[in-house]
Amino acid sequence: MTQFLQQIVNGMSLGSIYALIALGYTMVYGIIKLINFAHGDIYMLGSFVAYIVTTKLGVGFFPAMIGSMVFCGIMGVLIERVAYKPLRHATRISALITAMGVSYILEYTTQLVMGSEKKTYPVLLNNSTFQIGSVKVSTQQIYILVITIVMMIVLQYIIRHTKMGRAMRAVSVDENAAKLMGINVDTVISFTFLLGSALAGVAGILVGVYYNSINPLMGMTPGLKAFIAAVFGGIGSVPGAMIGGLFIGIAETMVIAYGSSLYKDAIVYVILILILIIKPEGLLGKNEREKV
Amino acid sequence: MSSLLEVKGLTKNFGGLCAVSNVNMTIEKGELIGLIGPNGAGKTTLFNLLTGVYEPSEGLIEMTKDGKKVSIGGLKPYKITAYGVARTFQNIRLFKSMTVLENVKVAMHKNIRYGILSAIFRTPSYYTEEKWVEEKACELLEEVGLYGKRHEMATNLPYGEQRRLEIARALAIQPEILYLDEPAAGMNPQETADLTQLIYKIRDKYNLTIILIEHDMSLVMSICERIYVLNYGKLIASGTPDEVKNDPFVIKAYLGEEI
Amino acid sequence: MSKKILSKANLCWMALSVAVYILLSVLINFRIISSYYTITIYNILINIILAVSLNLIIGICGQFSLGHAGFMCIGAYSAGVITKMMPNLGGLFLGVLVGMVISTVAALIVSVPTLRLRGDYLAIATLGFAEIIRIIVMNMKITNGAAGLSGIPKLTTFTLLFICMVISIIIVCNFTRSAPGRACISIREDEIASEAMGINTTKYKVSAFIIGALLASLAGALFACNFYVIKPTQFNFNRSIDILVMVVFGGMGSMTSSVIAAIVIGFLNMILQNFSNLRMIIYGVALVSIMIFKPTGLLGTRELSFEKLLKRKERKS
Repeated sequence: MTQFLQQIVNGMSLGSIYALIALGYTMVYGIIKLINFAHGDIYMLGSFVAYIVTTKLGVGFFPAMIGSMVFCGIMGVLIERVAYKPLRHATRISALITAMGVSYILEYTTQLVMGSEKKTYPVLLNNSTFQIGSVKVSTQQIYILVITIVMMIVLQYIIRHTKMGRAMRAVSVDENAAKLMGINVDTVISFTFLLGSALAGVAGILVGVYYNSINPLMGMTPGLKAFIAAVFGGIGSVPGAMIGGLFIGIAETMVIAYGSSLYKDAIVYVILILILIIKPEGLLGKNEREKV
Repeated sequence: MSSLLEVKGLTKNFGGLCAVSNVNMTIEKGELIGLIGPNGAGKTTLFNLLTGVYEPSEGLIEMTKDGKKVSIGGLKPYKITAYGVARTFQNIRLFKSMTVLENVKVAMHKNIRYGILSAIFRTPSYYTEEKWVEEKACELLEEVGLYGKRHEMATNLPYGEQRRLEIARALAIQPEILYLDEPAAGMNPQETADLTQLIYKIRDKYNLTIILIEHDMSLVMSICERIYVLNYGKLIASGTPDEVKNDPFVIKAYLGEEI
Repeated sequence: MSKKILSKANLCWMALSVAVYILLSVLINFRIISSYYTITIYNILINIILAVSLNLIIGICGQFSLGHAGFMCIGAYSAGVITKMMPNLGGLFLGVLVGMVISTVAALIVSVPTLRLRGDYLAIATLGFAEIIRIIVMNMKITNGAAGLSGIPKLTTFTLLFICMVISIIIVCNFTRSAPGRACISIREDEIASEAMGINTTKYKVSAFIIGALLASLAGALFACNFYVIKPTQFNFNRSIDILVMVVFGGMGSMTSSVIAAIVIGFLNMILQNFSNLRMIIYGVALVSIMIFKPTGLLGTRELSFEKLLKRKERKS
């Protein structure tokens, strides 16, 4: 039982990171129906930016996090403008292929510049552990969870209670109608990428802290898992992304603890295929129907 | 002798919205039926139920095939098609980057007996059947006046011809019942007149039962023998064009309360 | 019937294949080209099988699969394991057969539920499926886990490979130009209309998927028996993307262009062998710019057709 609770706690911090990345997927998919395959690489960029500013400039965790958010946000908008905007009315497959191309460009440019070897992340958050009952909790885990929850609340506030958030929701329901109502759709889409990518920037630095090491190709697998988390929770839904992220994170740590760590990636894909078969719209998602 | 198509208590709910509600229809062989109603009355939804695109929430759709009654409600579209039901679409759904000829050939699929292995190994049945398909498809295109354009991409045809191609494609199924969803939409008066002729011609030649949705009242009133009127998902009237024209419910539905 | 098979157009194709075969085998057997080029040619032939088979799924049937490497993996390991026990052509044949059976079963398992999904969801589901296959292979004893199989006998000869490539192209082209092929294309164009025209869409999607999987598995087997060593990492997501790049680059739906793209990319890979980062960046830029500027690929859906060329010649004379 103790071990079970311990795994839940461990899974929650991993899951929080997935949730942060999942938000980017879910918002972008919600608004332009694109699986932004490059999103995983955005967070990879974020962890590299944080790595550089902390090791070269010696800044602390929070300034590095802000730096990572700003850089990723700008990159997100840039990528959207250059690569995705011309394809807004192309088929989803074309857009997906483009996103994979962008992903390749980001991964291997980083590898070209930074080298392919792993980088050891500096210790940015003090990492003392303490006991709650029989369960060990580290301050890092608390930081990760709290930061994620704060981000979620801020995001939910932006989407629900600001003018821009309302515009985002309008565009996601009907782009053309939103345009007719005087909403600048381009700005709204860029803003969505800005938000999603900035959150990926947060996830980037947290991943560095969590795993202690980073490399240019690390974006892909967690990126996919985060996407699966978004699908699980219901794509387009912010709380869904949180639930999905936590679920995937916990499932993965459980498999490592009770099964074999070799199968930790497989379980996530199994979850994906099951959810797509049983409830393709996800836990909190809405069912869409094509008009005939 | 039972009627060709019988619809009993057909209902379709989308969440809380009742798009089609308790519709009853009886259609005899060879009839030319009009289905009219204001926008959003559920006409296309009714077509989608009859052709299997949607599954009915409640109710029965029964068709008489070779003297036997079969229930086709809730079957997959391709199975319903196999019973001899064909349709066109309101928002034209051609196979855009296939040629005109290929579009028609696709619809002849249920009459092709050779399988995937025959196709890959090019057995004699492949050649004989493909030859038959080619001839038959050309014949149908001749019928609708598109033979000369058979090698053009469907997407390059002008609008009116795309509608004709949809009809040719539906005929290739060799149907008994043909559903036409707004066949005259967007056509000019001359094209509409040609279409009217075409509808008469194919009905007589292929012994069809035709049910059409149309907003062009002069077309509906002139060619349909019987009309069903749908409003808010319910049948509010049915009868000959004259009966329907003078029905107080129909007038109310179309022109509003105040008249 | 023999007259139809021996039509002028088909004779032209035969002549072309034989000419290419003779040219290449002379180049290889008399060591006119270095072994470096020979390896490239082998790679290209294998890639042609992969590209053409993926094009059947994506370009013809419109089902976006990112799992092609998974089927290649099945074929490679089946052939690898069996030929290590039976190091002769019989073993290879058996290996191919076993790989095909497993691939068919796997393709059925993955396609029946997932092919109902919309395009991009299907892509992710197939990707996940291929990863599952790879993870299973990585954890099995018989496949020697992450270390991979080594000492696989070299049974893939140039002639065998060339014949397999030609047969694969014929299978795919014959399928495409038939009623089942038309059904698949109509699904790509408009699934709802296709079903309304009496096409059992699930059946044809699954069929195209299985044929593609079978050929990918064949390519995997030939791959394993050519390079002595196979490792699970060779069949990861990047491999699926490599194949996808060929299909997209040439033009989805055109077999001619898949063949050309496989050749061009094969040589590109050879030239850029020592600049792997640069190669991947070029792939990325190529994918993005093709989608933006020429989404139909280099040739679109056009095919090299001797039938049309001959007709044009007749008209002129």
